[in-house]
Amino acid sequence: MREETLNVVGQPVLRRDGLGHVTGKTVYVDDINFPDMLHLKMVRSPVPHARIKGIDFSAAEQVPGFVRAFTYKDVPKNIYTILCLIGVGPDEEPVLAEDKVLYQGEQIAAIVAETEEAAMEAVSKVRLDLEELPAVLDVEEALKPGAPILKPWGTNYFIYEGHHCRRVRLGDVDKAFEEADYIVEECYRTSPIEHAPTETTGCVARPEPDGRITVYTNTQALFFTLDNTALILQIPFQKLHFVGGTVGGGFGGKVDVIVEPIATLAAMKTGRPVKYRFTRTEEMRVSSSRSAWRMYYKDGVKKDGRIIARKVTSYADSGAYNRHTPYACTKHAANVAGPYRIPNVWIDVHCVYTNHQPGSAMRGFGVTPASFALEVQMDKIAQVVGLDPWAVRFINAYRNGDMKPHQKVVEDATLIEVMQAAAELVGHQLPEQFKQMSSWDRQEA
Amino acid sequence: MPSKILSFTLNGRPTEVIVKPMTTLQKLLREQLGLTAAKAGCKQGGCGSCTVLVNGEPMLSCLLPAEDVEGQEVTTLEGLAHDGQLHPLQETFFEKFAIQCGYCTPGMLMVSKALLDRNPQPSRAEIVQALTGNYCRCTGYEPIVQAVAEAARRMNGHEK
Repeated sequence: MREETLNVVGQPVLRRDGLGHVTGKTVYVDDINFPDMLHLKMVRSPVPHARIKGIDFSAAEQVPGFVRAFTYKDVPKNIYTILCLIGVGPDEEPVLAEDKVLYQGEQIAAIVAETEEAAMEAVSKVRLDLEELPAVLDVEEALKPGAPILKPWGTNYFIYEGHHCRRVRLGDVDKAFEEADYIVEECYRTSPIEHAPTETTGCVARPEPDGRITVYTNTQALFFTLDNTALILQIPFQKLHFVGGTVGGGFGGKVDVIVEPIATLAAMKTGRPVKYRFTRTEEMRVSSSRSAWRMYYKDGVKKDGRIIARKVTSYADSGAYNRHTPYACTKHAANVAGPYRIPNVWIDVHCVYTNHQPGSAMRGFGVTPASFALEVQMDKIAQVVGLDPWAVRFINAYRNGDMKPHQKVVEDATLIEVMQAAAELVGHQLPEQFKQMSSWDRQEA
Repeated sequence: MPSKILSFTLNGRPTEVIVKPMTTLQKLLREQLGLTAAKAGCKQGGCGSCTVLVNGEPMLSCLLPAEDVEGQEVTTLEGLAHDGQLHPLQETFFEKFAIQCGYCTPGMLMVSKALLDRNPQPSRAEIVQALTGNYCRCTGYEPIVQAVAEAARRMNGHEK
């Protein structure tokens, strides 16, 4: 049947952009230059937490080629809230820092100059008067009484519908722990990961004769970026023409709207094209990374390998600002119990602010750390109970019609079938009872 | 320091340009001459995306003072195809999906060209060794290694 009906699956299709790539003719943002183009470089915070008492541009202004400096006072609406268009707030990240900085590398002031070298030299001559403040760099420290408070609403955590964390509750875990034969506890941690695309984040904003601005950008979120740029600059959306789609590696790292608003502002104010492109150092140290996670598991397990209770407390290091981490925590909460039928589940996921560079989107963000932790935990359960790791997963695998911890009925389960196929591929002989299992038929083995 | 007149051969054509001191070959190619195939992934010799050939040898154009190519032969990716005919490496990179975002591709192609020019029948280990200075974040490298091996087979007359 497959051969007759599937005439696309399994057939290679050559890439539409492939010939451009192999001939060097594909145009990436950094390949775009205009004769009158200015270069923008950023004055950044050298410390993770400080009050800004003053900025002195006098020496920078003397650098040959210096054109203009921009501070928050030049930004019409100095608030960047990536998900404001889908109603996720609160407004908390400035485009350019106002009275304080919350992470090392935070944008304080932009300088445009005739050449990249002149812009860099001018940036190096800006004198910052900073009063350094105590920094908090650990998620659990950040939640303790007495920690420096980073947010204007008085906490170091994102508030989910009035709650201090994203919560999932099903059944009664404490009662189930009493009925369990084994309690399996572990803490799992993941580190922040930089996307490290070969092409660094960048854009070129060019004023057109009709008053519009064309913005060439390597963003992964073209229209989100257009809309956010218009909101920040307080201009109608149709004043902006965004050109994109060619991205030299993204992996989620080019989803945040960082370079476009300020480059567009500089182009509007100078009437000239402006390029703002991260150096490799900026890409590594300033662009958002995958957030670091810490996940505490406590599972109650019966002698036969059945998990009857799972309690998870997770902390995401959002860094200094929200970006996509509140959303990642919600996804995490929905996935951290795993594709297993567990009748009693208790999940708290904390979105925590620290003085690290902001975390944000990266390939399955929120879910990938959960998958790592929970599958290592499944192996640990197998070890404690004395069962084959395959068996623990078959015994607990959810099936269609089961209830997920966040009160959603499973409709698309294929875990059992995937495991059966995987076992065959690696030559692992499964017991007959697991071979007979089906995601569409919950008959207890 | 005054600017200098620099004469060299670029993709087979005699080229004469005025360069300011401290200009890298990368900057000269990309910003002055508009040849943007060689990329500027790091500008610190770490990623290999800016690789070009100087007298047939792969060089990181971001670290090479432009003045050093006086009288030399420079080949960039723009000079790899001839008379509209793709080089076998370009064909196999395209056909074997050795490209995703494409940003490392120019550097990968140039080091591979240098390898096949001096060693027409490289072993897998020799291909891997030749590519070690070039960073790719998308492919996991395996399709690139296979594309180079396939190009070698085609150039040696053992097509497919």
